[in-house]
Amino acid sequence: MKSHLKIESRQLNILFDSLKDLGYTIVGPTVREGSIVYDNIDSASGLPVGWTDEQSAAAYKLKRRGDNSYFGYNLSPYSWKRFLFPPRVKLFSAAKKGKSFKINSDSGNASVPIMSLPNYAFIGVRPCEIQAIKIQDKVFNNWQYIDTVYKNRKEKVFIVAVNCTQAGGTCFCVSMNSGPKADNGFDIALTEVIDKGGHYFIVEAGSEKGNELMSKIPHTVAGQSEIENANRLVQTTARQMNKSMDTKDIKELLYANLESRHWDDVATRCLTCANCTMVCPTCFCTTVEDVTDLTGENAERWKRWDSCFTMDFARVFGGNFRSSSRARYRQWMTHKLASWIDQFGTSGCVGCGRCITWCPVGIDITEEIEKIKEKGGKGEYFNHKDTKVTKEIKKD
Amino acid sequence: MKIKKPKVAVFKLASCDGCQLALLDAEDELLAVAGAVDIAYFPEASRRMLKGPYDVGIVEGSITTPDAHEYIREIRKMSQILIVIGACATAGGIQALRNWKDVKEFTSIVYATPEYISTLERSMPVSSFVHVDFELRGCPINKYQLIEVINALLNKRKPNISTHSVCIECKLKGNTCITVAHGIPCLGPVTQAGCGAICPSYKRGCYGCFGPMDSPNTVSLSKHFAESGQSKYDTMLMFRGFNAYAEVFRKESDAQEK
Ligand code: SF4
Ligand code: SF4
Ligand code: SF4
Ligand code: SF4
Ligand code: SF4
Repeated sequence: MKSHLKIESRQLNILFDSLKDLGYTIVGPTVREGSIVYDNIDSASGLPVGWTDEQSAAAYKLKRRGDNSYFGYNLSPYSWKRFLFPPRVKLFSAAKKGKSFKINSDSGNASVPIMSLPNYAFIGVRPCEIQAIKIQDKVFNNWQYIDTVYKNRKEKVFIVAVNCTQAGGTCFCVSMNSGPKADNGFDIALTEVIDKGGHYFIVEAGSEKGNELMSKIPHTVAGQSEIENANRLVQTTARQMNKSMDTKDIKELLYANLESRHWDDVATRCLTCANCTMVCPTCFCTTVEDVTDLTGENAERWKRWDSCFTMDFARVFGGNFRSSSRARYRQWMTHKLASWIDQFGTSGCVGCGRCITWCPVGIDITEEIEKIKEKGGKGEYFNHKDTKVTKEIKKD
Repeated sequence: MKIKKPKVAVFKLASCDGCQLALLDAEDELLAVAGAVDIAYFPEASRRMLKGPYDVGIVEGSITTPDAHEYIREIRKMSQILIVIGACATAGGIQALRNWKDVKEFTSIVYATPEYISTLERSMPVSSFVHVDFELRGCPINKYQLIEVINALLNKRKPNISTHSVCIECKLKGNTCITVAHGIPCLGPVTQAGCGAICPSYKRGCYGCFGPMDSPNTVSLSKHFAESGQSKYDTMLMFRGFNAYAEVFRKESDAQEK
């Protein structure tokens, strides 16, 4: 059994200092622009001390908690994917050489030597976010394809997980089996406890690197009652969660409802703005843009985040196979919850609820799946004639 | 091998000159552009005025007079490729607000001798009269986008001009959404990218300068504004801005006015 250690809250700065001594660049939650974002921070005082975030469909608000908790909020607008899978990267540059061209070696992000990348230490990674990182590992670093931009960054990361001691308004990790407590996938995991006994963290080390760090931070072995206090907080979080998703046979449900009329209903609300895919910690789609200088002598190839909600995403020679909003929303949901399972052996959703909070019109993936089930449970709209894919191609 | 530089002409119709200024403002890049193309006609920048035909005609401004109507046909004939720039040329511009009013009444109030004024009923985009090869949006345009279009043309490649929402730019930048976090109404979700999400970056809702994105759902956005407590009148005003006469925005503002 893993041993549980205890750090007093006033020692938290030593965690920062030790990570810095080990050469890490620290990224953690901090208050900016009226929200808690993940950014470079230097010490524990950069954390959102005493703040919490109230989240619901299309609404986010910072509030004072009335205590001195360091991690008393749930999730930032963006996930850690910004750091491991940056929004824009240069893949390479090339120069004209007579009738041909030459790719400049070491010219892009893919070829950045691993040595020169920052050593990130992520502080405050939520359990659902750890699951999201595991999912992106399967996408970018699998048996078949390796994305070196991702792999090189991921390999160097030090992860300080923080278990959730409250549930956010849009969280549903319990349904997705990804929280509110992380069992592995971290270097160390903290659970913050504030009670009559004081303000402390229960710590589990999850790797050799984690053990090594703990040897530098003053700690004690946690007492049984302290461990129980921490466990109770996490259990309460799981019970508090007011959103859920029934994932039983969800793949079959969606595959049987590709022609559900409910997609038309979502399409009347969906703005195809792509916010949900941008904030989703697992969405991985990109597009490639080639740029030249005016002379055409030098060119660069860039990769940037894209989304299945954009029109260009499905534009191919001869037309667009997903020109309607219904087809695009269906693609997003069916990929996340069904075909992802065929592709990577896991759901593409970790239940973080970001797509619900940050959708400008508050479309809620948990509610939409319920409606699909209600309307299409008996497969009555299956093979619904007037919405054939061929028709969409013609429309464009 | 030396390729002949394309002959470029820049024309102005009813507009504020802001878009042409965006090009002049691109000082660092302008020298490179001037080196790569032959600027044959650009009254705003140079006294040199070479006659057509031109390889590329760039037009700023909307069509508001019978003269402009004639002129744009001429420009089209003279230009092998016609690129129109800015909200005026692509949607009628802010002056298209008069399309909802009686223009005769305006001229009689504003001018001493209104008989001398010859104007069309409406301010219209160039594409209402002639075929346009490329429309570059914005009020004003983004100078880097204009250079990108010229660059792509010179290098015979597709210009990297996205037609998706401003939200994607806003998210790529790492902004916290001001609509969700602060309840500020924003046209970003229905507006075409291009500006780099300037306004949301400064905590202002998007004004829709780049016109409707490629699959705008203005009805849903307006409904959400209403549910968040915004009056129909205010929503109507949001859509009736620089791109008021762009079809989707026009229909939405009309629907809100009812
Ligand atoms: S979804 Fe679960 S793990 Fe993620 S922040 Fe919410 S409670 Fe924590
Ligand atoms: S689909 Fe939504 S809830 Fe699921 S992981 Fe993505 S953003 Fe989170
Ligand atoms: S849901 Fe869409 S954007 Fe996300 S990974 Fe799937 S196809 Fe890509
Ligand atoms: S579901 Fe919401 S966030 Fe996603 S594209 Fe539609 S409107 Fe935008
Ligand atoms: S602030 Fe506006 S542009 Fe930015 S994500 Fe929100 S709605 Fe979109």
